[in-house]
Amino acid sequence: MLDFYNIDSLLTEDERAVRDSVRRFVDERVLPIIGKAYVEGRFPKELVPEMAELGVFGANLPEEYGCAGLNNVAYGLIMQELERGDSGVRSFASVQGALAMYPIYAFGSDEQKTKHLPPMAKGEVIGCFGLTEPDYGSNPSGMITMAKEQKDGTWVLNGSKMWITNGSAANIAVVWAKTNGDPSDKSIRGFVVPTNSKGFKAKDQKGKLSLRASDTSELVFQDVELPADAILPKSGGLKSPLMCLTQARYGISWGAIGAAMACFEEAVEYAKNRVMFDRPIGGFQIQQVRIADMLTEIVKAQLVSLHLGRMKDDGTFTPQQVSLAKRNNVSIATDIAREARRLLGANGILAEYSAMRHMANLESVYTYEGTHDVHSLILGQAVTGLNAFK
Amino acid sequence: MKIAVCIKRTPDSESRFRIAASSTAIDETGLKFDIDDFASYAVEVALQLNEKQGPGEVVVYAVGPDAVQETLRKAMSMGVDRAVQLKTDSVPYDGLAVAKALAAELAGGGYDLVLFGKHAFDTSSGVVGTATAELLGIACVTAATKLDIANGKGTARRELEGAAETVEFSLPAAVTIDEGIARPRYPSLKGIMAAKKKPLETKPAQLGDVRITVKALQLPPDRPAGRIIGEGAAAVPELIRLLQTEAKVL
Repeated sequence: MLDFYNIDSLLTEDERAVRDSVRRFVDERVLPIIGKAYVEGRFPKELVPEMAELGVFGANLPEEYGCAGLNNVAYGLIMQELERGDSGVRSFASVQGALAMYPIYAFGSDEQKTKHLPPMAKGEVIGCFGLTEPDYGSNPSGMITMAKEQKDGTWVLNGSKMWITNGSAANIAVVWAKTNGDPSDKSIRGFVVPTNSKGFKAKDQKGKLSLRASDTSELVFQDVELPADAILPKSGGLKSPLMCLTQARYGISWGAIGAAMACFEEAVEYAKNRVMFDRPIGGFQIQQVRIADMLTEIVKAQLVSLHLGRMKDDGTFTPQQVSLAKRNNVSIATDIAREARRLLGANGILAEYSAMRHMANLESVYTYEGTHDVHSLILGQAVTGLNAFK
Repeated sequence: MKIAVCIKRTPDSESRFRIAASSTAIDETGLKFDIDDFASYAVEVALQLNEKQGPGEVVVYAVGPDAVQETLRKAMSMGVDRAVQLKTDSVPYDGLAVAKALAAELAGGGYDLVLFGKHAFDTSSGVVGTATAELLGIACVTAATKLDIANGKGTARRELEGAAETVEFSLPAAVTIDEGIARPRYPSLKGIMAAKKKPLETKPAQLGDVRITVKALQLPPDRPAGRIIGEGAAAVPELIRLLQTEAKVL
């Protein structure tokens, strides 16, 4: 893997060791099977026990819950390597760690943390995150899913969620709902919902042309009765799920680099070997411009995410800085995947190569966890102080 | 059971190598170093034996400058209990000199088994394992593709040309490990964090006299460019003629 700017020298020995271990796993376990899984539209769930053994789930959460206790840069490097394999595989790990384990860690009681986090780190319990609804994507504050507290302190949940990664494979869903009939987003609370609860239905969303090696589901809750301790006691208001998204978006900013690196490496290899007009196409200026552009954007993205990770570890980063990294890195990765696909000519449309798979995947990554456009508006507001949403 | 594994830090075999200006070594700029592949099989075998045999200790040794500490920690991140660096400014080419340093350290260590890679990727000499065994005065089995310990005795399988043999040996013993014996485990992320807290001892290496040094290192000559004689069956007679008269291989 080309390290043109010697960014390795900015990483510690353990950060490099973590990256190298996950890199080898992806090379040996993910890359040989992922093209076929993608074509079949199947999440390769046989990888879950090995990913758990490696320790990728919630890797930046503390050791007392069975997690690896890594810093955020090491965590980001894991996401980079997983997405070098496939965005669907990285999405699985992001959802399990940043969107299901993190809210339990951040907003859960000690009992909830001790009960849920260790089996989730081991991959024995799979989690998903239910925030987006069919009519409320970029505008989650409008959600209509509602939980009502009963006289005995238990809850009844009604509503539906959409575009839920891991939804049908999950054992528990972290569901965000308004409470007790209050339509304001201040009433939003998080609930840990066992997916075998009566009235809980998960349905696979079919016909995806992107993230095909990932399960995406619709969740329906019809009078789902939840015990009193299903609520995440420290969650409160829309801010809580948004904090989870900040965690996940941080990881995505790294993941997108991985997809871009895979496309770049593939394009360079192809350009050096593919002969047209009696010489390797890499010798033509038009391909060299493509390659130079890809390389430049990858290096810039690496530096952005690395510095963001250092700020996250120092506790000084802001959600707006995460927006910048997610927006930039996914956008450049999307462009790099498309240019790599073009450089590969007709071969570029085959599943045997990775460029078109990444290109299609990245359209989802561009859209989820805050669309590119929403992040533009977040940055616009951060700079001007003027809110485009209102 | 107490097992020692002697490992070497070598460049990634998939690197593009250049010869250094001295023309007696490779240019290490930009090269990525890691535990040698054969040594990593030896570490895996030691860990598996230890898991099978019950509580014991696996200790990893390396001769070299401080850069080998990273490689020793890698072995500890796989599950090795502790590490010893036998410090030198550089790793001598002369395997016997290295073996003397290892034997001086291992003697009296109480090891039942001392494992090595069959040879290291960078020198392909295969001297250190056998020489260390000789210096320690213990049995030595080379290029094992299977290794078991039971009832105080070891058995190992070795691949021969067109056959395989199984040998039995007494303990303590040294065994050098061939590929195919076991797939080295991924250092788990928790293992990587735990390795930082495991003991890594640094001692001066008691190297023997260095009696062999590299005089010159050369890349193979460039292959001459290929030539297309023609296409299809019509080209065959000319191809045969050239293979007979020019290449002289027929």
